[in-house]
Amino acid sequence: MNTRSVIALFAVACGLAAEDLPRYRWENFTTANGLPDNRVYSVCVDGDRVWAGTDNGLALYQGGKWKVFTPADGLSHRAVLYLAVDKQTHDVWIATLGGLSRYSAGRFDTFTQLTSGLANDVVYGVALQGDFVWVATAAGGSRLNTRTGEWSLFNERNTPMYEIWTYNVTAAPDKVYYAVWGGGVLEYDVATERWKDYNDPDGETEIVLLKDQGLIHEITTSVSYVNHVLWAATYFGASRYDGRNWRNFLDKDSGLPSNFLNQVKTVDGTRTWFSSDKGLAYFDGERWATYRPALDTGRPEMLVRDASGSVSHVAVDSAPAHHYTFGVDFQGNDIWVATAKGLSHGIRIPTGEGK
Amino acid sequence: MWRALLVVLFAAVANGSTPRYPSPDDMVLSPDGRHLYVVCGGTDELVAVDRLSAKVEGRVAVGRLPRGVAVSPDGRRIYVANSWSDTVSEIDATQLKVIRNLPAGFEPTGVAVDGRGEFLYAGNRLGNDVSVIDLKTGSDVRRLLAGRGTSWMTAAPVGSRVFVTHIYPNPGRFRAQPQSEITEIDTASRTIAARLPLANVAGVFHVAVSRDGRLGIATQMRPKNLVPLAHVEHGWVFGSSIAVFGEAVGGVVQLPLDEIESFFSLPFGVAISPDGSKAYVSASGSNEVAILDVRRLVAAAKSKDAAALANDLSASSRYVTARIPVGRQPRTVVLSPDGGTLYVADRLDDKVTVIDTAAAKVTGEIQLGAPAEMTAERLGERLFYSSEFSWNHQFGCANCHLDSTFDGLTWDLEPDGFGVDIVDNRLLEDVGGTAPFKWNGGNPDLATECGIRTERFFFRSQGFRGSELEYLVRYIESIPLRPNRYRLPDGQLTPAQERGKAIFERTARKDGTPIPAVNQCFVCHSGPYYTNQTLADVGTGKPTDRSAKIDVPQLTNVAYTAPYLHDGSARTLEEIWTVFNPKDRHGVTNDLTKDELNDLIEYLKTL
Repeated sequence: MNTRSVIALFAVACGLAAEDLPRYRWENFTTANGLPDNRVYSVCVDGDRVWAGTDNGLALYQGGKWKVFTPADGLSHRAVLYLAVDKQTHDVWIATLGGLSRYSAGRFDTFTQLTSGLANDVVYGVALQGDFVWVATAAGGSRLNTRTGEWSLFNERNTPMYEIWTYNVTAAPDKVYYAVWGGGVLEYDVATERWKDYNDPDGETEIVLLKDQGLIHEITTSVSYVNHVLWAATYFGASRYDGRNWRNFLDKDSGLPSNFLNQVKTVDGTRTWFSSDKGLAYFDGERWATYRPALDTGRPEMLVRDASGSVSHVAVDSAPAHHYTFGVDFQGNDIWVATAKGLSHGIRIPTGEGK
Repeated sequence: MWRALLVVLFAAVANGSTPRYPSPDDMVLSPDGRHLYVVCGGTDELVAVDRLSAKVEGRVAVGRLPRGVAVSPDGRRIYVANSWSDTVSEIDATQLKVIRNLPAGFEPTGVAVDGRGEFLYAGNRLGNDVSVIDLKTGSDVRRLLAGRGTSWMTAAPVGSRVFVTHIYPNPGRFRAQPQSEITEIDTASRTIAARLPLANVAGVFHVAVSRDGRLGIATQMRPKNLVPLAHVEHGWVFGSSIAVFGEAVGGVVQLPLDEIESFFSLPFGVAISPDGSKAYVSASGSNEVAILDVRRLVAAAKSKDAAALANDLSASSRYVTARIPVGRQPRTVVLSPDGGTLYVADRLDDKVTVIDTAAAKVTGEIQLGAPAEMTAERLGERLFYSSEFSWNHQFGCANCHLDSTFDGLTWDLEPDGFGVDIVDNRLLEDVGGTAPFKWNGGNPDLATECGIRTERFFFRSQGFRGSELEYLVRYIESIPLRPNRYRLPDGQLTPAQERGKAIFERTARKDGTPIPAVNQCFVCHSGPYYTNQTLADVGTGKPTDRSAKIDVPQLTNVAYTAPYLHDGSARTLEEIWTVFNPKDRHGVTNDLTKDELNDLIEYLKTL
């Protein structure tokens, strides 16, 4: 086989590898076209409505227009860190640096540590579970029963949470998971009302001696739980736990563009998205894709890593607004990405198109 | 006359019976117009009236203190909101029997059924939300966030909208104008479609929508609680008004019903004629029904000066064409399908007044079975809800103590200057044994609280004297304590409430040092009402208060009565300690963790 044949085969292989991996045409939103701030911490999709939490207010994209909400409208703080939508009522729960807000059909209600049972005003995450609102704060977890108004706090006094800086929370009917920054992952079992913690068997070090023996690192930033599979993102890699086995992912042995992960969001327990400081990554169970402006040139880039570890470039003409990504949410086949330099809408390119 | 009534009263007492008065409240007509269904909160029943004969044709026992009623679109089911049972009774309209009791939230008050008869909506007054009840499964499947004191609602005759009103204003900043809303529900998606803001509005009552769906009218009060009430004779205290909304007017416009020397106190019920030409509004304090010309009403709402009309006491002459005297405390008004007959529920006369709308005259009444005896409490209740004692009949006790509760407002009551001695309006339930009264304990008994003081500071006209005062006090003392929703059914406390109880009763700080008796929660908040009925300076006084010593308030059902402290400066229970107790004078709380404070509050909610 000559060199030309090898190159041709490689290109075909890359084409096949990219075949099933999603490709997008990216539209980016910044302050130039309606966002209140380019630093977008969170994005949350509710049908045709897209909510963006920025460093300077909450923004709603609907019908091709942005509407911005600030503390003057009742928002508890300008810095919006995380969002969750109640799919039944379409109320939006808003985690901010100054408390928790609820937006309901034009009205903001605010909960703070002074006016309510909320543990702390620095609110990093929020998740909904029926009538319960689970909140991640800098002083532990809080849970609001929206039917009775009762607040329950979870911290070092009533859980195995030895570090109370909760950074993210995800809730399902059977389990609730907290990402505890510096404290691993905390699990709440709904049936037994008991807590359990998952920690790095190597301790709080960057050394991975016991790979796949447990959580990759104690500094967890995000959790995602779907189909009884838990994913955890840390600043030192990602972990997947199916209830029996752990599997860990590092940039050196996976398609992760970086070990520094701000968010993990799984679609079905296998197909999973990672928001990192060096791009947005997707894992389909075998292969990886990374979407970003190239770190050196800034040109649109899509990298594909196949099951064997070979990495190739897929020609693209657009990319997310920035490689520093905070989080994603899905809108049908499309994806929305919160980045440090704007909000990006990835419009899915149908398979076979645009080659 | 009073002597004769007293004889009857004593006879009733001698018999050992306590008369129960039907007290008709909400009403609805069957879709075919043949039956009038009347909810009677005093006897816990639904009364069915045959319209043709104007006779009672049946009675159905329902839950405790029913307040709202609706009928399914096919007329086969009647739904009654049992406000003290937290249920909605589903009644077979043919057999007049309860089929099942559907669960709702805290204190369901108003109900509405969607156009397909698939989902029922119940406004939960103490839950501040709307239960969405699946009529197929009978479960409360979803709660929609409404305003504070979610109460009454109506389903629009066309389209997919339910409009919801609220007896209390939404929580807001201390001494800011109250804000309320009309919550608009989309029954197709069973979500909140919009919130129509009502600025400077506190209590909002019934709401009606025209048959074409283009015009809505809600009755409401605009309180002037930020200026001294002593100025009643210089202006007015409550703007008895309506909110007009919908496509016909565009936006929301507030229009008054008062006239400068003839106030229309406590507007409550509202109905719009089938042809959309007239609207009817009841005044439950001044005992009359106003007829409004809708064309002129809409013209006023769309006029250039519409925004200023809410405070214009000459405006109502533009659209109010007549006022018809009716019985005591008229609540719901219902029109016959042809619009020719108006039915008015006269709650404190236990009857329905019938009005010929063409002639604008009362033509009859339907008695609902009032007992012959007239108790002192019932006489007092009539006084409580009447506005005849105040200057120009502007308001009565019930304007502030809505449905015998409170109004969620803080008031500047006395002629001591602007902003001096601000007071939070307190709950009246079970208040009899909690003397002294007034925020500074200045009134040793209810007779003093409600007698000459009321005349001098509130009504600025005549006051309650002699036997009237005695009856009024008897009524107030008889106002029962509503069920507490935070206690477990078996009376036990949850673990959080148990922990909170231990904090409430502790005598030492967490470090073991003793807490002085005056700083122990249960020393001042002791006894059956959780008050030792003395005065105390707990550091919550303000520079504008004339006294640092404050009457120790009762804590029964304290969960429902925000805002807190004597002046309402604490918006929530939490703020009592997180904001207003920096020196541990109002109980020792600064050694508590946040979760311990939450436990304390969970316990307080059970009292």
